[in-house]
Amino acid sequence: MKIVVCVKQVPDTAEVRINPETNTLIRDGVESIINPYDMHAIEAGLQIREKTGGKVTVLTMGPPQAENALREAISMGVDDAVLLTDRSFAGSDTWATAYALSKAIEHLGADVILCGKQAIDGDTAQVGPEIAEFLDIPHIAYIRKIEDVKEGRIVVQRLMDEGYDLMESSLPVLLTVVRELNVPRMPSLKGKMAAKKAGIKKLTAADIGAEESKLGLRGSPTQVRNIFAPEAKRDRKIIDGTNEEIIDALVKELTGLKCL
Amino acid sequence: MFIKVNKDKCTGCETCLSSCPYDAIIVKDGKADITELCQLCRSCLSVCPEGAIFEVEEEADKKEKAQGSGVWVFAEQRDGELAGVSFELLGAGRRLAEKLGGEVSAVLFGGSAAGAEELIRWGADKVYHCDDGMFGAFNDEPYAGLLAELITQYRPEIVLAGATPIGRSFFPRVAARLKTGLTADCTSLDIDGETKNLLQVRPAFGGNIMATILCPHTRPQMATVRPRVMKRGEYDASRKGEVVKIRADNVKSRTKVIETIREVSEMSVNLQEANIIVSGGRGMGGEKGFQLLFDLAEALGGCVGASRAAVDEGWIPYRHQVGQTGKTVGPKLYIACGISGAVQHLVGMQSSDIIVAINKNPDAPIFSVATYGIVGDLFEILPLLTKKIKEVKGA
Ligand SMILES: Cc1cc2nc3c(=O)[nH]c(=O)nc-3n(C[C@H](O)[C@H](O)[C@H](O)COP(=O)(O)OP(=O)(O)OC[C@H]3O[C@@H](n4cnc5c(N)ncnc54)[C@H](O)[C@@H]3O)c2cc1C
Ligand SMILES: Nc1ncnc2c1ncn2[C@@H]1O[C@H](COP(=O)(O)O)[C@@H](O)[C@H]1O
Repeated sequence: MKIVVCVKQVPDTAEVRINPETNTLIRDGVESIINPYDMHAIEAGLQIREKTGGKVTVLTMGPPQAENALREAISMGVDDAVLLTDRSFAGSDTWATAYALSKAIEHLGADVILCGKQAIDGDTAQVGPEIAEFLDIPHIAYIRKIEDVKEGRIVVQRLMDEGYDLMESSLPVLLTVVRELNVPRMPSLKGKMAAKKAGIKKLTAADIGAEESKLGLRGSPTQVRNIFAPEAKRDRKIIDGTNEEIIDALVKELTGLKCL
Repeated sequence: MFIKVNKDKCTGCETCLSSCPYDAIIVKDGKADITELCQLCRSCLSVCPEGAIFEVEEEADKKEKAQGSGVWVFAEQRDGELAGVSFELLGAGRRLAEKLGGEVSAVLFGGSAAGAEELIRWGADKVYHCDDGMFGAFNDEPYAGLLAELITQYRPEIVLAGATPIGRSFFPRVAARLKTGLTADCTSLDIDGETKNLLQVRPAFGGNIMATILCPHTRPQMATVRPRVMKRGEYDASRKGEVVKIRADNVKSRTKVIETIREVSEMSVNLQEANIIVSGGRGMGGEKGFQLLFDLAEALGGCVGASRAAVDEGWIPYRHQVGQTGKTVGPKLYIACGISGAVQHLVGMQSSDIIVAINKNPDAPIFSVATYGIVGDLFEILPLLTKKIKEVKGA
């Protein structure tokens, strides 16, 4: 089984804030991490490999420093790491990102492709399904359990609002995963050593035979026009008193606002 | 379009560095340089004290944009029942259509003839309805295939869906196929007065930042819209419109829904559609504590949410989690109990209309977003509150 896991290096967004006065970003000391959902995708890849045998490759498209994310994945036990990096990818939106990743996956070959549900910087959740469309293969999003996987067929649980769907798909397939799926393993000592020494394979736009016009800014249908800080709002009120008084006051306010 | 630095003007003062959300500006040989990480967000344009940063238009920017007219909304149904977000999309669609001229149409896959009529009463001029059995349960490939086909045939200018598990799963496939842009999880939509482009506002970076996204050259302009942020259209029982029956002749599917399992206990956990959410965190102390929340939610007719800490403790399943890595909710009333208010939690609930926070620590950050703050012990307050609400409601 050939498994490819797409991972993205993201800023630890918890700490990214905007200065409302200057409309600029406050980013002091923000670290880069592997997108948390992608950690679960890596773990899922490793577990499939344990069951069916085969090879797990992690793939990221990003600047040269994204190599760190790949090394972290190697320390968890993946077999191979590929960095897709090229100046022509500059300014890619999800469409152009998915196009480039799909060309890279075509180049690598895959039976199962795993993505995180979404990346915590852009929060779009679009790249996975778009990759599947470019590859003309099926996808299933929000996988919370892999019930069975064998040659040519996979059965999974897809998380939905009111419960879950038991889904079956032919292979190759692309899955996007949610946190419920598993607990990502910690890197082993051996893994950490391997990560230091491992060679990272680099691919450029030419290597994957991507069409220039579909890459980067030129290939991106969407543009970011501007960014701004979310507005701060609401009048705040602390309700004081004995518990009984507090509750009376609260219920009165809520009734007044037609909340009850 | 791209962004450049005039090296003659640049003094290397580095003011622009922190303006860039994407770390795309570096200083090389004492001058600022825009790297390939640039996303064209224009944040840096205004900050340079020397005015050395400017944008360059390319030929491609001026190219004729594809045509199209009318606003389409994808009306989601589950088990034949229309999802509430469909009516919100019709409301949003109407407001956009008023500024653009043109019709508002709904697309309904699965669902009933009565559902199609209902969409007209909520503001659709036309409903494209396919009631083929294969659309009963949500399946990406047939949904994407048929919608792409319809869009190619009828050429709407704008196509919207709810930012629900369904919309967010199959809309990307449609956009990829049609080579057009898709903006995820929008919280506000408007039309640019000059260019008539759709202005799509969405949160990014976990809600710490808002961005306005455009899709200037390709059509349709596609967006998924966060449930419960747009106002519903006006319901008019006498409204007339046209239902266009659609056949699905050449859609394929390599995935199959074997079974749909509902896991909703007594209390529905469809948080994104809930009007009232009672949410608990580590302060609830355990499953027993959460029972207090279920009691209150039942009295209020609401749903139960949770912080990640409570989910990680195993007190309540993940689907209840609110926040950056859980669900984003926007109910009328959000009651946060024993939740400290970490930013990852706040981004998932701060757009709620009214927020009540109960926490024994007066310095808890949750109070900074709370409409009503109660400093106290939730184990004392919750049972009293539930009792009181039952009284008021019973009366
Ligand atoms: C990448 C990332 C993603 C994350 N995503 C999410 C997310 O989606 N959702 C989320 O919620 N968190 C998320 N988190 C975690 C988040 O940072 C916080 O750790 C979490 O929200 C804390 O949960 P809490 O408020 O329940 O717990 P705590 O911070 O431990 O707060 C418990 C609160 O309960 C109060 N309390 C205790 N006993 C009582 C009592 N008897 N009466 C009244 N009050 C009491 C305490 O004063 C305290 O304020 C994420 C973190 C990271 C790094
Ligand atoms: N630049 C990238 N390189 C590799 N994988 C990516 C990249 N961007 C997104 N992905 C994958 O797509 C998923 C969804 O990302 P997004 O659509 O940006 O929310 C992520 O969890 C990753 O698995």
